[in-house]
Amino acid sequence: MLALLEVRGVVNRFGAQIVHNGIDMQVYEGEVFGIIGGSGAGKSVLLRTILGLRQPNAGSVKFLGRELGSMSAAELHALKASYGVTFQEGALFSSLNVLQNVQLPMLEHLRLTPRALDELALLRVQLVGLPLEAASKYPSQLSGGMIKRAALARALALDPLLLFLDEPTSGLDPISAAAFDDLVIFLRRELKLTVVMITHDLDTIYRTCNRVGVIVDGVMISDTLEAIVHNPNPWIQAYFQGERGRVRGSQHGA
Amino acid sequence: MYLTARREADELSLQLSGQWHALRFADIEAELGTLDLTGLRQLNIATGQAQLDLTGAWLLRDFLDRARAAGVAVQLQGAEPSTLALVERCKTGEHTIQTHGLEWLDPAQAVEGLGRQAVRGLQRLTGGVSFVGRISVALVHAFSTLRLRPTSITRHVYDTGFTAVPIVSLIAFLISVILAYMGAQQLRKFGADVFVVDLVTVGVLRELGVLLTAIIVAGRSGSAFAAEIGAMQLNEEVDALDAIGVDPIQVLVLPRVLGLVIALPLLTLVADIIGLVGGGLLCHALLDMPLVQYLHRAQGAIASTTFWVGIVKAPVFACLIAISGCYCGMRVRGSSRDLGRLTTLAVVQSIFFVILVDALFAVLFMEMDV
Repeated sequence: MLALLEVRGVVNRFGAQIVHNGIDMQVYEGEVFGIIGGSGAGKSVLLRTILGLRQPNAGSVKFLGRELGSMSAAELHALKASYGVTFQEGALFSSLNVLQNVQLPMLEHLRLTPRALDELALLRVQLVGLPLEAASKYPSQLSGGMIKRAALARALALDPLLLFLDEPTSGLDPISAAAFDDLVIFLRRELKLTVVMITHDLDTIYRTCNRVGVIVDGVMISDTLEAIVHNPNPWIQAYFQGERGRVRGSQHGA
Repeated sequence: MYLTARREADELSLQLSGQWHALRFADIEAELGTLDLTGLRQLNIATGQAQLDLTGAWLLRDFLDRARAAGVAVQLQGAEPSTLALVERCKTGEHTIQTHGLEWLDPAQAVEGLGRQAVRGLQRLTGGVSFVGRISVALVHAFSTLRLRPTSITRHVYDTGFTAVPIVSLIAFLISVILAYMGAQQLRKFGADVFVVDLVTVGVLRELGVLLTAIIVAGRSGSAFAAEIGAMQLNEEVDALDAIGVDPIQVLVLPRVLGLVIALPLLTLVADIIGLVGGGLLCHALLDMPLVQYLHRAQGAIASTTFWVGIVKAPVFACLIAISGCYCGMRVRGSSRDLGRLTTLAVVQSIFFVILVDALFAVLFMEMDV
């Protein structure tokens, strides 16, 4: 199978503190890959490294076999148009309304007529289940769940095949979180997306992920969801077989 | 190539191919634009060989809409692409929201806008007055409970005062040199060169020293106050303080106001000294006036009140700058654009107030004959 994304031996250090000590990770086409780990395990740092926002101290990140570090500025620009990202707090541009937020990547990368620009952006807004009235609202007027959806709409602006989600359901009530999981499953099926998500939400992991990568002690243990649940690593055991994990697992039949 | 067309009389058959992706929008649109729909009755479309993403599907759907509007019967061959179905489902009738409006063309809305502006202006005025009131209450409260937060005040004295010494000194020096130079040129025509000393000493001590310092500080610290508090406001830190039961005016605004009230007179003192030194050096260099004579002449020129008339304005200016900055910062709501707008406003407003109040002081001192 084709690895869309390949991370090899990534090391990240902050001063004397070693966050990643040789992370290996592959993401294959069509799967939903969940990244989990304790607080401070470096999940977001890993995402920043993959996105090229942070230069790792060692190791490489490859998209479709091409190494991030060896790409020219133009290639990087094209690469960034080929994936979508949502950040933990949404990171919507606060001075633009939802529609303009969605239009911003389109304006940067596509040559569209004004009508197409409006219609295509509205299409995304509707696709993520936001009401049309939300399109003209500013981020400060939106609820937490709507911010997450608007961020997803912006991430989908250029029809990416690869989507990075950083804690997409954190801070949402269980109903909104479940609805967001449904949305991810729906989009993945309809748009044939490959999704990489950082999450803490056990329900989200059980419902959406095919494979899971766990960051423990600076390295990544990745396996299919069914297998990782029974991995003997003590942290993984505590995660999946702990009080909360057991309840969730039994509900989802793991 | 994204499509192959075959036309037979009033029937058009299209074979789509390739990647109908967002990044190819312009090319696909151009190719669709070359198709001639006139006199057409039947349109057959095969999508099997093409990969349509959402944008591609939207383009196709848009083309089909145009064909249907022109009275052409559309026939999709093979399975409908899932993305096309998705676009179809999302397009629920007319969009109610207006994205490009020309509201200002409507006279009724223009009048309404005028009214809104007036009300908003009034709210800003009362808001400003009540802000000053809240600061006064906080001040009385801080003094009565003896919680003056000396650490915080010291930090602000350092940030707004001590770190501003180099730039204030440099500008005071340059301005007094320019003043002395221009004065000397003009006064020399009357043979009254020696009055340059009067010009420099009185000018610097009464007006220039304090005014320049206040304007520099307004640019440096007024903007910093607005930006600091504004960013905290965006981050909901101010609300957090309020929720913890800590009055934001007490911990954010008051130390800044008091810090600047201490720092600005001290900075003015520095500016006065450097200004006098600059004037003296220029007189020495340009007019060959010995420094002793400059000092002697200066003593004659300045009355006992001259220095105090200047320095007494400094705390007032400090209050204006700090309150403008903090008030603008506290008004930041929601967006980063607001932060930029209000930071700009803080500087413009405080400089305006400083100069306005300086003019009032000039009238006052003239009436008082000092």
